[in-house]
Amino acid sequence: MSAQERDKPLIRIENVTKTFNDFIAVNDVSLDIMEGEMFALLGGSGCGKTTLLRMLAGFETPTAGRITIGGQDMAGVPPYQRPVNMMFQSYALFPHMTVEKNVGYGLKHENLTDKQRKDRVKEMLDLVQLTQFAARKPHQHSGGQRQRVALARALAKQPKLLLLDEPLGALDKKLREHTQFEIANIQYKTGITFIVVTHDQEEAMTLANRIAVMDRGVIKQVGSPTDIYEFPRSKFVADFIGSVNLFPARVEKVGGNEIICDVPQLGQRITAAAPASGIPNKADISVAFRPEKVVISRQKPKGGGNVLSGVVQDLGYFGKDSLYRIRLDSGTVISVNSVNARRAAESDRVAQWEDRVWLSVEPGSVLVLED
Amino acid sequence: MLKRLDAWFNKKGWRDSIIALPYSWLILFFLLPFIIVIVMSVAHRANASPPIGFKDAWPFIYLDNYIRLGSDWIYVRAYAISLINAGIATFLCLVLGYPMALGMTRVSKERQRMLLMLVILPFWTSFLLRVYAWIGLMGTNSWFNRLLTSIYNTLTPAGFNVDSIPMMNTNFAVILVLVYSYLPFMVLPLYANLEKLDFTLNEAAMDLGSRPSSVFRDITLPLSIPGIIAGGLLVFIPASGELIIPSLVGSASDPMIGRVISDEFASVRDWPMASAVAVALLLLLVGPTIAYNYFEAKAQGGKSPT
Repeated sequence: MSAQERDKPLIRIENVTKTFNDFIAVNDVSLDIMEGEMFALLGGSGCGKTTLLRMLAGFETPTAGRITIGGQDMAGVPPYQRPVNMMFQSYALFPHMTVEKNVGYGLKHENLTDKQRKDRVKEMLDLVQLTQFAARKPHQHSGGQRQRVALARALAKQPKLLLLDEPLGALDKKLREHTQFEIANIQYKTGITFIVVTHDQEEAMTLANRIAVMDRGVIKQVGSPTDIYEFPRSKFVADFIGSVNLFPARVEKVGGNEIICDVPQLGQRITAAAPASGIPNKADISVAFRPEKVVISRQKPKGGGNVLSGVVQDLGYFGKDSLYRIRLDSGTVISVNSVNARRAAESDRVAQWEDRVWLSVEPGSVLVLED
Repeated sequence: MLKRLDAWFNKKGWRDSIIALPYSWLILFFLLPFIIVIVMSVAHRANASPPIGFKDAWPFIYLDNYIRLGSDWIYVRAYAISLINAGIATFLCLVLGYPMALGMTRVSKERQRMLLMLVILPFWTSFLLRVYAWIGLMGTNSWFNRLLTSIYNTLTPAGFNVDSIPMMNTNFAVILVLVYSYLPFMVLPLYANLEKLDFTLNEAAMDLGSRPSSVFRDITLPLSIPGIIAGGLLVFIPASGELIIPSLVGSASDPMIGRVISDEFASVRDWPMASAVAVALLLLLVGPTIAYNYFEAKAQGGKSPT
């Protein structure tokens, strides 16, 4: 069941602003998060994502605006009375308690019998596969195990909303990939709404079904990973998610489904699919295309589309793909990413240093960014 | 470059000599004098210089001093008074010092530095001078005594009213000045301990449904036990052997053990007896400390320092 089908906002953030002295950490943010969603707040450090998370947990009070969870206004509700639990970036496990006590800590305040409490702790430890370590102290565990203890502890109270602050930040690459799927799996099993804060776009894209990209206290765009990557609505989002070749341009001709823009840095015109919202003639815009949307060849391509020409300035071979830096005749350097679909020796590659190559980009792959 | 310097440093035995320095200091100024004191404690008082003499035949030692320690009521009582006074003073220092130390960790860094300065500020004035100041404060006609008297009189029925509270030369005075003098020794280790605690743990506990009072009981208090023990030992040990405070403001009929040692040594000139009293006091204090360290190490189970 997708979030859209349930269509019931669990969390409503309405015009929330938070200032620290003169610094505006979160600036007039509005956001609805549906029940059962896996939502990611993505942005660089200092963009306000952690402040927003801490306001949901109750550790910070909004300077203005309103937060409701499950229809209840959270103003004045202290952290210990919110139906929200948090997994801290540092995990914040209690060093003087065993894993079992850590996981069961939140249940002390609930009306449960001893047996129910024990069962719940066991259930949580089973969920994160740590049952055999129940009697150990946190310092006896590896980073990955501690991360799972923290997750089990935050889930034990069966909150309506689970907040995860950089959940994979402290893990190494291999463990990250494994844990990503584990978290996604646990979210699916429990059906609890998750909000993940992260600065890592890959983490956001694999974990979340909706992402809000934040910059300087403002939400720049909210959408599915595909929306954010393929249809960014601003230069910031296009540039923050993945890599992109981005140039200022001016609309020369608007006609039918396509527009033609003059791009001085490329020394030629570029045809792009017209944005659905329409665009005025002579408007100053930016055009962008991602490196993997460019097709590189040694022969001049036949047929339509945008064709550029230049020489290979730099080449990086990564095994499954290669990254080229092509210096165009105009002097501008653009990045091209090409999958090495064919097995080839070094001498037999598509292009070598200083080779002349042709690049083609479909009009449909060119992004038109108005801001 | 640095590596070669390091190798040279080790080859020449510099590292060993630097490590040896604190050890030699401790051996020369702590262990050796203590052995002398132990040896003296098994001697007899004699008309010699120094005024001690050993037994002529094997095993050359007298144990009379230690037997007297256990049997003579004066010594047992002095030990009891010392331990009780030091215990009460330590407890009061903890009750006063803990909120101070905790409060200090919850203000800005600049404020913390200032408050830390204020805690150690009294050390800049002579200790003796501060005790004399208390003698003045506790006198019958001082504003402090009159203030306490008026508070006492308003709280008690008319028949029990007094003109002034006799404070000087009482155990109350000893404890009051002990608490005043040793409070920084409680606050500083507690502050050092509490300041290191990760505040995220408190947030995590609160996030899991604990009110601030439960957070203190479940998280802050258990994690500050090392600080409480350190502060407690730093107050209790010197307070039990305190000489100046009981001599200046205490009662002569309820002497603390420090005063007994001093009297034996200086007035009675019974050096062996004074040594025996000192050795017994040391054992009395060191025993529990070692036991604590042993059990603490066992409970932590080789835990790495956090």
